[in-house]
Amino acid sequence: MTKVFKTTLALLLVASIILAMTGCSEGKPTLKVYNWGDYIDESVLVEFEEEYGIRVIYDTYATNEDMYIKIKAGGSDYDVAFPSDYMIERMIKEDLLHEIDFNNIPNFKYISEEFKNLDYDSSNNYSVPYMWGTVGIIYNTTMVDDTVDSWDILWNEKYANQILMLDSQRDSIGITLKKLGYSLNTRDVNELEAVKDELIKQKPLVLAYVGDDVKDKMISEEAAMAVVWSGDAVYMKWQNPNLEYAIPKEGSNLWFDAMVIPKTSKNKENAELFINFMTSTDIAFKNTDYIGYSTPHVEARKLLDDELINDKTAYPSSEDLANCEVFKDLSDFLTEYDRVWTEVKAR
Amino acid sequence: MVMKHIKKLYAFLIFFFLYAPIMVLIIFSFNESKSRGSWDGLTLKWYIELFKDRQIMSAMYYTLSVAILSSLIATAIGTAAAIGIDNMKRFKKSMIMNLTYLPVLNPDIVTGIALMLLFIFMRIRLGFLTLLLAHITFNIPYVIISVLPKLKQLNKHIYEAALDLGASPSYALRKVIIPEIMPGIITGFLLAFTLSLDDFVISFFTTGSGVSNLSITIYSMARRGINPKINALSTIMFITVLLLLIIINNRMSKNNTIKE
Repeated sequence: MTKVFKTTLALLLVASIILAMTGCSEGKPTLKVYNWGDYIDESVLVEFEEEYGIRVIYDTYATNEDMYIKIKAGGSDYDVAFPSDYMIERMIKEDLLHEIDFNNIPNFKYISEEFKNLDYDSSNNYSVPYMWGTVGIIYNTTMVDDTVDSWDILWNEKYANQILMLDSQRDSIGITLKKLGYSLNTRDVNELEAVKDELIKQKPLVLAYVGDDVKDKMISEEAAMAVVWSGDAVYMKWQNPNLEYAIPKEGSNLWFDAMVIPKTSKNKENAELFINFMTSTDIAFKNTDYIGYSTPHVEARKLLDDELINDKTAYPSSEDLANCEVFKDLSDFLTEYDRVWTEVKAR
Repeated sequence: MVMKHIKKLYAFLIFFFLYAPIMVLIIFSFNESKSRGSWDGLTLKWYIELFKDRQIMSAMYYTLSVAILSSLIATAIGTAAAIGIDNMKRFKKSMIMNLTYLPVLNPDIVTGIALMLLFIFMRIRLGFLTLLLAHITFNIPYVIISVLPKLKQLNKHIYEAALDLGASPSYALRKVIIPEIMPGIITGFLLAFTLSLDDFVISFFTTGSGVSNLSITIYSMARRGINPKINALSTIMFITVLLLLIIINNRMSKNNTIKE
């Protein structure tokens, strides 16, 4: 009994000491960053702390919606977050973001012009692009002998049970809309019904609707083709040289993750300092090199391996992107997408 | 004879299905490649990187400190509550017990959101304190539920005998009741500790900037793929728990032989 009691007491003491220690470091100014999991080279944070004497508190989230709940509900005080395109649009609409003072972000000049003033932030007052990419088809050249340049190949019966689709409603419905020649952001119920029929028609051919495990499945050649994000495609191609990536000619989804300052921020200037730091050439290069996604930073891109710079997967030509669209916030209409996707999955 | 083989096979299958996933995880924590699709040779690099990873380390620290603190505090409160409930009259007792069962049956997500709204309403900044309070809250019922049966088994007359022999009520509580119900208290503590260790839903809603536990950190890696560092971390945690169990079992069997 006494032994248990003593150990308990000792543990309590240790715990309270540790607690007290975390309390101490509050003196330094802090900056609270909320980012996607595993989406930064963490040594960059240490560099920022050393350079500016600001302590970085770093948290991560898994989906835009997780982040949105945390910021919308209040009770948190993040200074910088990294939402995707449609979520930025929604947060601007709901007045959750501070306008960024671009005088404090001189490095913004390095961001490629084609990635400024995009639909989700049309006058570019709220966001600084961090990473971008496309959605396309990755295929195994030893298993697929047709040219992959159209979404139609995902409906080709020759490849029955060798096709992997994304288990993500906006992406799967989006590419089907594109296949049928509609907009990714359609608000037309008839178009969605057509998509539903297409997806149901395709369902017997699909091996599985997958998430992140698509990478392992394609690398180990369990399927012939899959719908993937370009950033993951670069990694897969590197792991298995038989893989090739294509953006279908009908167009696809072009996505962005950008840095924003939520209204919860208590020190906007430090947040701007951080965004500017993240947009400096060597830091942007470090992050791109670690993550392997495509950077919108002109100078950082030049520092990458020649192989990667010329890789059409990561940096497609502007012709390839001609028909691509960025997701828009669908607000209430999203329930229709929910319904269509549920009906497809339930079949 | 055949029966014997079937029995063995059955036991083997049960343990196989229970432990195969953990074995796979342990094996892949030594894989050179980041992908589970290919095996590029043995390495310890994920273990080294694990200890360099500031985010995972801080998540581990918060997970452990919240688990230790919340289970200790919940054990203290829960045990006291159980003793109180045990001495209640029938109607009051069943009412309080129902109130205790409610949070256990309540879906985590309801508890989580309710706590978050409460904290925001009370203007407590979400962070370590709110996370700890939330964990204590959902741990208490489990402690009560594991201590109460021990109290029911307890012979009421022992306590009265102690008082008759001149012990003050608090002395009798410490020297008679608590040692008698100790197994229940320890079960409750361990249960609370494990529940706190792997809680995701409630933690997600009640934690604030800068404080996140392992389940939140691991979940947030979902989009980019679980890093093998997590395999390494899970391996370490699994082996630690295994060693603890072996030590406890050893000590218990030693104690038993001494008694005999």
